[in-house]
Amino acid sequence: MTAKKLGLKQRYAHMTRGLDWETTYQPMDKVFPYDTFEGIKIRDWSQWEDPFRLTMDAYWKFQAEKERKLYAVLDAFAQNNGQTNLSDGRYVNVVKLFLTGISPEEYQAHRGFAFAGRHLRGVGPRVAAQMQSLDELRHVQTQIHTISHYNKYFDGIGEFPHMHDRVWYLSVPKSFFDDARTAGPFEYMIAIGFAFEYLLTNLLFVPFMSGAAYNGDMSTVTFGFSAQSDESRHMTLGIEVIKFLLEQHPDNLPIVQKWVDKWFWRGHRMLGLVAMMMDYMLPKKVMSWKEAWDIYFTEAGGSLFQDLARYGLKVPKYADVATAEAEHISHQNWAVFYQYTHAAAFHTWMPDKEHLDWLSEKYPNTFDKYYRPRWEMWAQMEKDGKRFYNMALPQLCNTCQIPMAYTEPGDPTTIAFRESRFNGDTYHFCSDGCKDIFDGEPEKFAQSWLPVHQIFQGACGGPTVPDVLNWYRLNNGADNLDYVGSPDEKLWNQWMAGAVKAAG
Amino acid sequence: MTVQIKTLDYEPKRHTFGHIARRFGDKPASRYQEATLDVQATANFHYKPLYEPEFWQYDQNKTAVKMADWYKPLDPRQYYYATYNIARANMNQAVERSFAFVEERGLLDKLAAAARANLQRGLLPLRHLHWGANMNMTEICQRGYGTAVTAPCIFSSGDHLGMAQIVSRIGLALDGQTGASLDAAKAVWMTDPAWQGVRKLIEDTFVERDWFQLYVAQTLAVNGVIFDLAYKLSDAAWADGATTVAMLTEFMSDWRAEESRWSDSVIKTVAAESPDNKALTSRWAKHWIDRAVEAAKPLSAALLGDNGAAAEAAGEATRARAATLGLTL
Ligand SMILES: [Fe+2]
Ligand SMILES: [Fe+2]
Ligand SMILES: [Zn+2]
Repeated sequence: MTAKKLGLKQRYAHMTRGLDWETTYQPMDKVFPYDTFEGIKIRDWSQWEDPFRLTMDAYWKFQAEKERKLYAVLDAFAQNNGQTNLSDGRYVNVVKLFLTGISPEEYQAHRGFAFAGRHLRGVGPRVAAQMQSLDELRHVQTQIHTISHYNKYFDGIGEFPHMHDRVWYLSVPKSFFDDARTAGPFEYMIAIGFAFEYLLTNLLFVPFMSGAAYNGDMSTVTFGFSAQSDESRHMTLGIEVIKFLLEQHPDNLPIVQKWVDKWFWRGHRMLGLVAMMMDYMLPKKVMSWKEAWDIYFTEAGGSLFQDLARYGLKVPKYADVATAEAEHISHQNWAVFYQYTHAAAFHTWMPDKEHLDWLSEKYPNTFDKYYRPRWEMWAQMEKDGKRFYNMALPQLCNTCQIPMAYTEPGDPTTIAFRESRFNGDTYHFCSDGCKDIFDGEPEKFAQSWLPVHQIFQGACGGPTVPDVLNWYRLNNGADNLDYVGSPDEKLWNQWMAGAVKAAG
Repeated sequence: MTVQIKTLDYEPKRHTFGHIARRFGDKPASRYQEATLDVQATANFHYKPLYEPEFWQYDQNKTAVKMADWYKPLDPRQYYYATYNIARANMNQAVERSFAFVEERGLLDKLAAAARANLQRGLLPLRHLHWGANMNMTEICQRGYGTAVTAPCIFSSGDHLGMAQIVSRIGLALDGQTGASLDAAKAVWMTDPAWQGVRKLIEDTFVERDWFQLYVAQTLAVNGVIFDLAYKLSDAAWADGATTVAMLTEFMSDWRAEESRWSDSVIKTVAAESPDNKALTSRWAKHWIDRAVEAAKPLSAALLGDNGAAAEAAGEATRARAATLGLTL
């Protein structure tokens, strides 16, 4: 008998799944203790289709090549003081939000994919998840290295891990990832692999990366580009996972649908921070949040769910509500941060006339009617020396942890309140979506570490705002408050004046 | 018009992040330090894991050893993602050259039947052991505490997958790229009595819940006894193929010398923290080294006809290594 030479696919199978074996000295259920309690049924792991075929030698080679190029750019950026080529000093606040709010979640993704990369019983997805774990470590580390240079000059960056564990608005992304990390391996793969990396990823990374490109942040653009090929692998893994689960057993459908609904809504709430960044924080605008939502969710997501309909999967619950909210969410979030600017580690400002006109144009249905008058009033108050601060601590939604400032669907003048009772206590929510999530897992969400509750309970350094800022390690008068009058602004203006003089 | 950028003031306000400055003062920090120190979340977690509600997802109680600061056991190689990948890409260039050299000259085809049989039985099943090691290092990465220890673990897990693939390539070179040798090696791994001690050993590590005990079991005992036996002490088994095998497994020798600098120093630092840590790590080391030696004896007897002497020698070397790390066995 002469055996045939292997094709590429079979060769890759030998290089990965062929390594695995059914244990006999220890029961498989003890070796893989976590992949049954969620109720997902897998008939045959061998039907898993590898979403990409990358052996480690190729992985090292590609990734090393990308890293050499990326670090060459980062070195040049620092050497040439690339930060002075930004569109405006205000832009740096985007970078602050990124490092404090997103990079720590890259780290969580790294550890979470290590969990999936050890504990999924199928060897194919395990290998793919391990590579993603490596990639996500790359992302957090390259982001720290990129933003390290900004930290040398700008405030609000230097305490990013400390703040991430404490500051009120950072508990929004942190609780999102804590939720995924504390779920079972299958929910994790749907939450992060599918919902985050596939369905919503373009709404996160495109705004930041094209925002960087439009605003002269060449170092962030470079890591964004450099991460693209990682992200396309992550997307193929995410889509493969959901299809595989749905193909394996009909009983998986209701479980997966519940997760898709949950993680879509959680993702939508978290992306509200990105919406605000896009519409308010970029000195040079890329597109409005509403436009991004229409392209990346309504259109791209729409065809994705058409494709998934053959498995019986439906468009996530409340997708229509989220789409309607795309007209409001960035404005409502910016209003929150403007009022609580004293407690945030980035700067705020009221849009100038040109910016207001841009918002009016991009949001013809809502901006002039509901938001522009308020912005103009607040700008006037600033002029009169009565800048508006809200010193009362807000109530937070128990699920998404955002202050309760969102309005009723269809009624932008009434704040939405929902509540549930559990074990004798009342829990508050910003929306039906957040209430449903709580009601689905009340034991889990009753545990939420809510920053405002914690302040009231004395767990955050003391009862006054300065006590809490101290506990955040938030440098009062530098990290917080308006951009105008900040040390960031002063430094930026010095550089610009100096550059003009030197050029003249 | 010349822009005299030099006239502008670019004096930094601070040289590094606050958490790094609190450790070393505000001075320029290395990329390793900034990419590693205090990167993992430590406080105010929201929910207990559904799969393990007795712990937080990052929890110092997942091992019995205690550290005042889990950022003390650092990596002497100072690896972060970029430097790790660049180092491995460089090592892999040598692998490519060796495979090309061996294949061009048909060195494996010319081997005597006895050497081929021993490679089939003694070397190729190692790919499964590397895969087991990969599972363990991935587990320590997900379960461990502090980026200083856990980040190099995912590097190590990538290394083991890579080495499993190099071993697989040796098999494919031997069998004319058909995969027949790999199927045969799997049967050896599953049923050959020479390997069952090793397979039982690694399967038992899969269910170890204390992640630092698992670290000691894997990096000290499995790497020190089984992998060193296979890659350092088995030349006689490969007979006329010894030089060829040495070329094709050069990556493994380089990796072992390099990774043990890190893994040894982590164990040394953790053991030196307190008498309790020293007692625990010593007990774990003794337990797993003894087990590894017992597991390796039938293998060395089968390959080298030495009645297990090479396994004993690997065990002795590992015990001596443990002693230099401050452990008392
Ligand atoms: Fe990422
Ligand atoms: Fe990703
Ligand atoms: Zn909510």
